[in-house]
Amino acid sequence: MSRQASEKIAFAILTILAVVVVVPIVLVVVYIVVQGIGAVNWEFLTAFPRNGMKEGGILPAIIGTVVLTFGTAIVSIPIAVGAAIYLAEYARDTWLTRSIRLAIINLAGIPSVVYGLFGLGLFVLFMGLGTSIVAGSLTLGLMTLPVVISTAEEALLAVPQRIRVVSRSLGATRWQTVRQVVLPNALPGILTGVILGLERAAGETAPILFTVAAFYLPQLPRSPLDQTMALPYHLYVISTQVPGMPLEVQYGTALVLLVMVLSMNLVATIIRSRFRRRRQW
Amino acid sequence: MKQRREFLIETLIRLAGFSAIFFVALIFLFLLREGAPAFWETSLGNLFGQRWYPNEDLFGTLPLILGSLLVTAGAVVMALPLGLATAVFIRELAPNWLREILKPLIEVLAGIPSVVLGFLGMVAIAPLVRETLNVPTGLTAFTGSLMLAYMALPTMISVAEDAIDAVPKDYRDGALALGATHWQTIWRVVLPAGRSGVIIAVMLGIGRAIGETMAVMMVTGNAARIPREWYALFLPVRTMTATIAAEMGEVAQGSTHYHVLFAVGILLFVVTFLINAIASLVVIRGGPRRGGRLMG
Repeated sequence: MSRQASEKIAFAILTILAVVVVVPIVLVVVYIVVQGIGAVNWEFLTAFPRNGMKEGGILPAIIGTVVLTFGTAIVSIPIAVGAAIYLAEYARDTWLTRSIRLAIINLAGIPSVVYGLFGLGLFVLFMGLGTSIVAGSLTLGLMTLPVVISTAEEALLAVPQRIRVVSRSLGATRWQTVRQVVLPNALPGILTGVILGLERAAGETAPILFTVAAFYLPQLPRSPLDQTMALPYHLYVISTQVPGMPLEVQYGTALVLLVMVLSMNLVATIIRSRFRRRRQW
Repeated sequence: MKQRREFLIETLIRLAGFSAIFFVALIFLFLLREGAPAFWETSLGNLFGQRWYPNEDLFGTLPLILGSLLVTAGAVVMALPLGLATAVFIRELAPNWLREILKPLIEVLAGIPSVVLGFLGMVAIAPLVRETLNVPTGLTAFTGSLMLAYMALPTMISVAEDAIDAVPKDYRDGALALGATHWQTIWRVVLPAGRSGVIIAVMLGIGRAIGETMAVMMVTGNAARIPREWYALFLPVRTMTATIAAEMGEVAQGSTHYHVLFAVGILLFVVTFLINAIASLVVIRGGPRRGGRLMG
């Protein structure tokens, strides 16, 4: 067989495998939209569940996920952005810095259900926060740290060195340079990282299983020490624990969760591509 | 005054930087605190025994460990060729406009919550598996592997892409100048030069797959049995993660069962820690040859 013929065959196989990867992604999204769209209406989005969750809406689960996402942001943004600034602007290449990087890589690899165990052990039981929004937000916040740190650090490192040099040579201190020159330039990139981290947190189920999620609550949470329902857990519950659940309601819930999460993804993508276009270096 | 404020801020930044180490240690410490009693409350023979039946105080974790391994191995075997091929396709074959569509699409896959994939796996994929393979239930290890393969793909593709990207352009030019076809260049030069990236892709894929919880719990049938048969891939299994997620909600705090579930958590922590530590060492070792940064 000639080299050209074997190249043709190899490229054909590569293309087929790529199609096998990509087509199911489109199918999954389209299938959930088609199956679930019929269940989604105004009542579904704004009412409490009724009749053993088989009728009514999923409002408390939606609100719960929004609240948890905000809680996660409050926990993770300051620590993650601080850590990224440290790694990009302050840290020298020492064994300590290398250990920090190793720790971040390992934080990223810890299974989400282990974060759940940890949250249960430390926040819920040891600190006595109980199954609460605070405990859930702390758990999810820790889990999102590595994603946000890595993307934020990358955004900071993408700011050209010469900008820092000019700022320092004009007499600015290191922190003034970071605060007034580097951070504003890196902000879109940092924001992208934050949104991607929160997107992951919003869709997670395992970390909230034992730290915050409630099977069913007749009212919305009133304080950070209350439990709350949450969309991912609600989908798990109605698809495995409630017999006789109408399939359309399950698909509808999956659709709402998917739309929430993927719209965050879309926002992050838009910020990133705008930023790339505007960037001058 | 200004100096003092600046000093305070820089101290906080430093603390935030060190926090990652602190959190890893804290997580390990609390897993140990809740999980260690399992080792004296029950015998080692029981812990590594073949039967997981907590109601009768049988805490054999072997079926769970083997279940996790089986599902993970299946996932990696499926994901590796798909991920590599897709990465090569995106980097070497796809025209620009197609690349601009493929990249966000793969990010969409990374963004789909695992509970959504699990749900879909349960109601749509499992019946398909049952009919196609003619097995009694579609909730099998294979179904779990299939879901996991797709969940591991975004990580694998992006690591493999970085590795391909990091192969110096000179290598490629040299091969082409010697008369190699594009495919020969990819197969004989680019892929071998980027092999440490491929190893990392596999390891991170394993790490991702072994820790995945919800999708696996929903589609693997959750039967804690030792996969002995050659066709065990097409029978129900139960993984470590699924066991924790399914049972932790119902156990009494402080009971042996509770401690054992934390001990399973310790095992998961240690395994993923090792996988990631070794993968990052490979990065450092393969470092000088390439310019790109492989991981955050």
